[in-house]
Amino acid sequence: MKKDIILSGVGGQGILTIAATIGTASLMEGLQLKQAEVHGMSQRGGDVQSHLRLSSEPIASDLIPEGKADMIISVEPLESLRYFNMLNTKTGWLVTSMNPFNNIADYPPLESVLNEIWKLPRYVTIDAEQVAKDQGSIKAANIVVLGAASLFLELKYESLQKAIEQMFAKKGKDMVTLNLKALKAGREYAEKKT
Amino acid sequence: MQKLLLLGDEAIAQGAVDAGISGVYAYPGTPSTEITEYIQGLKQAKEDNIRSFWSANEKTAMESAIGMSYAGKRALVCMKHVGLNVAADAFINSAITGANGGLVVLSADDPSMHSSQNEQDSRFYGKFAQIPTLEPSNQQEAYNMTRYGFELSEKYGVPVMLRITTRLAHSRAGVERTKPKAQNKMRLPSDPKQYILLPAIARKQYNSLLGKQIAFEQDSFESGNNLYIDGTDKSKGIIACGIAYNYLIENFENQKVPYPVVKISQYPVPRELINKLCESVSEVFVLEDGYPIIEELLRGMLNKGKKVRGRLDGTVPRAGELNPKIVAQALGLEFSEGFDIPEVLTGRPPKLCDGCSHTDSFLALNEALKTYSKGRVFSDIGCYTLSALKPLEAINSCVDMGASITMAIGASDAGLIPSVAAIGDSTFTHSGITGLLDAVNNNSPITILIMDNSTTGMTGGQKSSALGKVDDIVKGVGVSEKHIRVIKPLRRTHEENVKVFEEELKYEGVSVIIARRECIQTMARRMKEIARLKREKEQVNS
Ligand SMILES: Cc1ncc(C[n+]2csc(CCOP(=O)(O)OP(=O)(O)O)c2C)c(N)n1
Repeated sequence: MKKDIILSGVGGQGILTIAATIGTASLMEGLQLKQAEVHGMSQRGGDVQSHLRLSSEPIASDLIPEGKADMIISVEPLESLRYFNMLNTKTGWLVTSMNPFNNIADYPPLESVLNEIWKLPRYVTIDAEQVAKDQGSIKAANIVVLGAASLFLELKYESLQKAIEQMFAKKGKDMVTLNLKALKAGREYAEKKT
Repeated sequence: MQKLLLLGDEAIAQGAVDAGISGVYAYPGTPSTEITEYIQGLKQAKEDNIRSFWSANEKTAMESAIGMSYAGKRALVCMKHVGLNVAADAFINSAITGANGGLVVLSADDPSMHSSQNEQDSRFYGKFAQIPTLEPSNQQEAYNMTRYGFELSEKYGVPVMLRITTRLAHSRAGVERTKPKAQNKMRLPSDPKQYILLPAIARKQYNSLLGKQIAFEQDSFESGNNLYIDGTDKSKGIIACGIAYNYLIENFENQKVPYPVVKISQYPVPRELINKLCESVSEVFVLEDGYPIIEELLRGMLNKGKKVRGRLDGTVPRAGELNPKIVAQALGLEFSEGFDIPEVLTGRPPKLCDGCSHTDSFLALNEALKTYSKGRVFSDIGCYTLSALKPLEAINSCVDMGASITMAIGASDAGLIPSVAAIGDSTFTHSGITGLLDAVNNNSPITILIMDNSTTGMTGGQKSSALGKVDDIVKGVGVSEKHIRVIKPLRRTHEENVKVFEEELKYEGVSVIIARRECIQTMARRMKEIARLKREKEQVNS
């Protein structure tokens, strides 16, 4: 098994939580992993990305080679475009939230952003904020996106659930319940759409 | 022991703790910050009384570590690459005094300048100081080599440099620990004069350092940190340093390279391995995630020997971080490409947070400066440097930490009156105080804005050495109390703040305006922490 994943978003949107959840789940399944993160300057409202590599074999590079990513998981639509060059043209899936994070003056019209995504052969676009709101709080939008992506991860769904229980335990029972619901709602949406 | 999932930085921290350090000394700086933060948060470190609070700057950190080593205990000192410039005097001389307790100097480089003003290569400093340098290629090696570094330091009685780059610092992988070692007991140097670098002693010490060079190279040959991995195709030979090795093997099925490879993770580079490679192949490719140091040595000035390919002949781009594709292109291998990046994509540069106190400080300063010609604001390094961008476009320089006040002195001496310096609280105690003293002694006609957001914001909100001390320091250095003005940078105090700036800009002497309001990120974290403690207390009570 081998999965190379690009995670993208804007500083503060919680892509590292997604990464940590997938990471925890893959460790439960005995996989090896490498995860390159962005810290520092760009966390100030700039674009952030993470390279997450899972494999049953030893992993060499911390960076995914261009054109080799099996997935892009993005919590922001414009940010997903930034890594199109990383995606495997023959097999790669893009899963992204449709909710723009508009903190720049020249944010392009949302439609033209989504149109670019919809040209790809394999994608899921999801109104993650609405889905999260329906489950109780917009805060869980990132986990909704993870839920949608989980369909293509080749990890056991139970492992992801367990990972969420572990990760959010410190924040209290309500947060665990909310995020488990968000995961499920995201997953069900992707199942319907594909 | 169980595997831990650690950042390269954290692997180094855990390695140092397990190597029995008694202290870590550091000033924050991306990408090195997480090393010290990890130790600060580690239960094991608390139980073992490992000191770990932040130093005022890299030089004070380095010197404190030298002191701990003098007393016979192991010390780790961490900084980002440019921090080593600040610590350079102490660092170079620590190679002359030698080390007593193990002393490891970690410098984290930032090729591609993700969060830095240059991409200098710390391996040059290792060579400059003539000490062994280690360059791990992955997280496990980072752990192992940190431990090895302390052994090496004590074996030869010299400081050892550990060099990493951003990618390893901020990438996570599984790391297996080995049995922790107890801390050293206090034990002063057997030669009581070793650390007194008077010329007569320094000469003796320097000769002793020179005498160890052969042993350093021999150690590099035998340690197992440098490997000769043979290959059947002798048309190319490859030297891969540190993390470049990963990008190399990533390009081959099952990570098996058909060419002979020398993997380098310890310097000085053993000539024997390099010679063996050069003798057996037609061309040598050098892959270094940094400056072309080995490549330049191999080529020599005249480049008349074996054909050497790398950054200097354009085989690899001259600047910037390596990656698998760059290595593939350099070696003429096939590489894949993804989809084209759509043209509608726009950049999303970092910016000041909504509600940041710096924005209000600069709005007031900009307005007060309207009546003067442009180009008079010398800034420093911190979040506030982002005020260079739209919409504020408030500053005209950012060179190195502490340069704001001193550049304003020079510019005002040249006739640019008034000149303005803009500096953060952490940067002020890092290296602004001595500049302020110069300004006072020079009676420079400058206005200094100290933006006291009571944190080290840019690097993630570490405790600032200046916390609660700025006013007293400014007074103590000799600024006239009449010209020390404290303002609260807010939208609603804008008018009065503009007036304060206007008044002080007119004054032809040193004035200091302290703009004090807590960083909103630090405040949010503080509030969360308070809420968490309250929750815990309630749980205990109920
Ligand atoms: C010599 C050196 N050490 C460390 C850094 C990393 N660094 C950049 S800005 C900064 C701190 C800034 O803190 P402060 O001046 O209080 O400003 P703030 O970011 O809080 O606005 C640090 C540690 C650096 N660029 N150069």
